[in-house]
Amino acid sequence: MICVEGVSHSIGKTEILHDISVEIPKGKVTALVGPNGAGKSTLLSLIGRLMPLQSGRISVDGADTVQTPSRDLARLMAILSQTNTLGSRLRVRELVAFGRWPHHQGRPTAEDVQQVNDALVALDLIALGDRFLEALSGGQRQRAFIAMALAQGADWLLLDEPLAALDMAFARRIMAQLVTLRAAGRSVVVVVHDINHAAVWADHIVAMKAGRIAAEGPPQAVCTSKVLGDIYGMDLRVTEIDGKPLVLHHL
Amino acid sequence: MDRRLTALTGALVVACAAYLFWGLGPRWQFILGLRAPKLAGMLLVGAAIAVATMVFQTLCRNRVLTPQIMGFDALYILMQTALVAGLGVGGYAGLSLSAKFGIEVVFMTLAALMLFGTLLGRGTQDIARLVLTGVIFGVMFRSFSGFLARIIDPNAFAVVQAASFASFTAIEPALLPVTGALCIGTIGVALWMAPRLDVLALGQPIAVSLGLAHDRLVIVALIMVAVLVSVATALVGPIAFFGLLVSGLAHELTGSARHARLLPMAILVGCLMLVIGQTLFERFLGLQSTLSVVIEFAGGVFFLWLLLKGRMR
Ligand SMILES: Nc1ncnc2c1ncn2[C@@H]1O[C@H](COP(=O)(O)OP(=O)(O)O)[C@@H](O)[C@H]1O
Ligand SMILES: [Mg+2]
Repeated sequence: MICVEGVSHSIGKTEILHDISVEIPKGKVTALVGPNGAGKSTLLSLIGRLMPLQSGRISVDGADTVQTPSRDLARLMAILSQTNTLGSRLRVRELVAFGRWPHHQGRPTAEDVQQVNDALVALDLIALGDRFLEALSGGQRQRAFIAMALAQGADWLLLDEPLAALDMAFARRIMAQLVTLRAAGRSVVVVVHDINHAAVWADHIVAMKAGRIAAEGPPQAVCTSKVLGDIYGMDLRVTEIDGKPLVLHHL
Repeated sequence: MDRRLTALTGALVVACAAYLFWGLGPRWQFILGLRAPKLAGMLLVGAAIAVATMVFQTLCRNRVLTPQIMGFDALYILMQTALVAGLGVGGYAGLSLSAKFGIEVVFMTLAALMLFGTLLGRGTQDIARLVLTGVIFGVMFRSFSGFLARIIDPNAFAVVQAASFASFTAIEPALLPVTGALCIGTIGVALWMAPRLDVLALGQPIAVSLGLAHDRLVIVALIMVAVLVSVATALVGPIAFFGLLVSGLAHELTGSARHARLLPMAILVGCLMLVIGQTLFERFLGLQSTLSVVIEFAGGVFFLWLLLKGRMR
């Protein structure tokens, strides 16, 4: 379980997260949704200790993210942020191989090579393995970064808008992949832009608005025209297909 | 070992031998005694600038910046001027060379940490702001040392002037032991940390996610850069673009992003350029002190080329 207690965060004089407390269940796929600027990336970065925690407390499976050595946390959770700028010119396989760093610290074993290969297969990157990242499309590059996070083999996978640059086939495939990971006993927190991906694939949804938690619960509870309409400030129609909510946000 | 590394190592040995033994003449003991420290100095400077540049470029995830472009060498000269100003020309000359150098390196490191630590620690994505900050710092440091030198004493001005021009022929042999020890030690640490530098190059978010002690490594890397730039500047004076040439060539020649291969390659390239260049200019063209000018010119042209090609990263 990820436990966020009383977390506020300010940049300069503006407070962007206001006293957030939330629990993210273990062994589930949790979707983090909300309008642009709601603070999703900020919250995820704080959980993933990418930014210093200003107030409150965050723990992942009981490990306090401030107290626990970063190296131990790296085996507990992998976080992929929204934008990634590399300083070196890498091939896809080299990038994915870095995912194993927390396990081998520079001396990869056969097991590490195998894990990297599995991650490449999972994201259909074998054919692109020897290409340089800058010679890839945005979506292909995104897949390489996801593969790296996957190769890290951590119990928790935190992904910030992994579907951003992906076509619909890969978007669905990645969501399905995350569900497979859950079946393998891992837990996933994913920021998604398209509410319907959350509605169909997630077990649990946390909705944010203006730096606060606006709603949380199973998709059936959160994806209603009342709740989502309030959060996004628009009129929404919601229907149901195969027992899953379908939000008609484009109508 | 890589074939290119082996070939370059061989070339460096030959170049060093050529520099030492070519045209020795009858007074060979005397001549060798003059040449050997100069050669040692060039090797130290080549290696120091190569490693400083590679580590710095990893730190700011960019292949166009060098510590010198960011004003590190100007900072070193400011330290030196402040020392002259504080102690007076007499006191300055009275200090033992290693004490003087030690004080300068410590101050330089502290100042670099204060000025650049926060800027680089945040893993800034904004290259334009980074470059601009560096240029402004550079100009500020240079004018401030000029100002200091003038208000204290006209003699001090001459001392500072002498330190502000690069020359590969004016290497002070007495400085070699202390700079050599520092330089070799620092480069050893850099090589030992090579795998971690690879991770650092992935940027702050990924490096932290992989469990690297990111902020601590940034500080260590910054200290290494400060020490190496101090060594190089103390020995030959400020050279801005040489490191850029070295890192550009090292990247071309290795075609790998691994520091364990990049750093040795850069060291070899840096040393080779200096030794061959100096041999050519000194023995064949009879020009003692123009190498730095030519290297600066070539490096400057390369810098422009990088900028125009849009290879900011
Ligand atoms: N560096 C920054 N300086 C000032 N405000 C920022 C900065 N980064 C993010 N913000 C603000 O913080 C809020 C939350 O941002 P973010 O967590 O990225 O939102 P989300 O990921 O939900 O779209 C936004 O209103 C954004 O404008
Ligand atoms: Mg975001």
